[in-house]
Amino acid sequence: MRLTAHDLACLRGGRQVFAGVSFALAGGDIMLVTGPNGAGKSSLLRIVAGLLRPASGRLLLEGGTKDASIAEQAHYVGHQDALKPTLSVAENLAFWTTFLGGGGEVMSALAVFDLAPLARLPAAYLSAGQRRRLSLARLAAIKRPIWLLDEPMSALDQASQARLVELMRRHRDRGGLAIVAAHGPIGLAPAHELRLGPT
Amino acid sequence: MNAFWALLIRDMRIALRAGGGALIGAVFFLIVVVTVPFAVGPDLKLLGRIGPAVLWLGALLASLLALDRLFAADHEDGSLDILMTGELPLELTILAKAVAHWLTTGVPLLFVAPLLGLMLDIDPAAMGPLLAALSVGTPALTFIGLVGAALSVSLRRGGLLLAVIVLPLTIPILVFGVSASDLASAARAGFGPAFTILCALSLASLVLGPFAAAAALRHGLD
Repeated sequence: MRLTAHDLACLRGGRQVFAGVSFALAGGDIMLVTGPNGAGKSSLLRIVAGLLRPASGRLLLEGGTKDASIAEQAHYVGHQDALKPTLSVAENLAFWTTFLGGGGEVMSALAVFDLAPLARLPAAYLSAGQRRRLSLARLAAIKRPIWLLDEPMSALDQASQARLVELMRRHRDRGGLAIVAAHGPIGLAPAHELRLGPT
Repeated sequence: MNAFWALLIRDMRIALRAGGGALIGAVFFLIVVVTVPFAVGPDLKLLGRIGPAVLWLGALLASLLALDRLFAADHEDGSLDILMTGELPLELTILAKAVAHWLTTGVPLLFVAPLLGLMLDIDPAAMGPLLAALSVGTPALTFIGLVGAALSVSLRRGGLLLAVIVLPLTIPILVFGVSASDLASAARAGFGPAFTILCALSLASLVLGPFAAAAALRHGLD
């Protein structure tokens, strides 16, 4: 599979955030997106996820499932954790697993981020790092070939960071694509690096 | 279709648990209807005459109350983004949320209404038509409000905008709902015509609401 972006531009509130962004990723590639605050890292990920319209440019996915949009084949993990405080940890993940249609095993996905002991706890009582881990557990529970991760390391402790790196490595070895926005190293050597904003 | 049921069940669970919206609507309905006899005075004849209208007003305001959280809550915690990357068409995603909203805010009203009808001295013979009209009309209130909720999702303080957009559109529901529930006017024109028009309005909003709301959400991508 091959994901190409051609000359993407992004406007937010009438202000140009970036323009002329092009990249081409093949299966097994991880792209690191860096840049100062406000350079448009999150906006780029949201454009790829279909949550924001680019001002100009094109996105093209070759291969992958027929008749499914890029968004339907992508995991988007943004700054917000998309959790409901009144539902338990297991219920939150079980809902997304059914809704996104991966049919994966919830408890084993929770175990990937060491959340199994908290399965019955309402999500309201989780710490920021635990919320992030539960949000990332979607990656393990549901198989989708494109991962769009917006600063996934934030709020994670070292053990969890290592678990995420291991998960990304397995995803890459299976031929998956990932675009990761981050300020620091992500523990894996990225195949591409895209620097946004003034250099 | 699994995704549809999963979303429906999730939304109902959230609404029914502590802090959910289900009880707020029913309690608000109760407050509106119970305070009217105190404001109007103990004139049973008058209460009996305005009773159906009071119940309808209460139902309208109670369903509006929880509506502005319908998409806003999912928007704030990022769930809406993930919902939009699902394989379920956005229209069906919205339909599931709307059905869950009606089941948790509209249906409780139907159970409380007969009790409140006693309090307002509504003729027992009128309770049947009133309940029939309410059970047909409250889904329409939800599905019309849906469009406003979707439009206001990306705006701050969308609640006010929601009321301004939605209230005028609900007036026909109110007019035909009350005239189908009211024995005096039903004696003049018959229960049939008003109730049939109410059914038509309800079915139209059921079909158009999810599409209009999906268009509004897509347009507001941001």
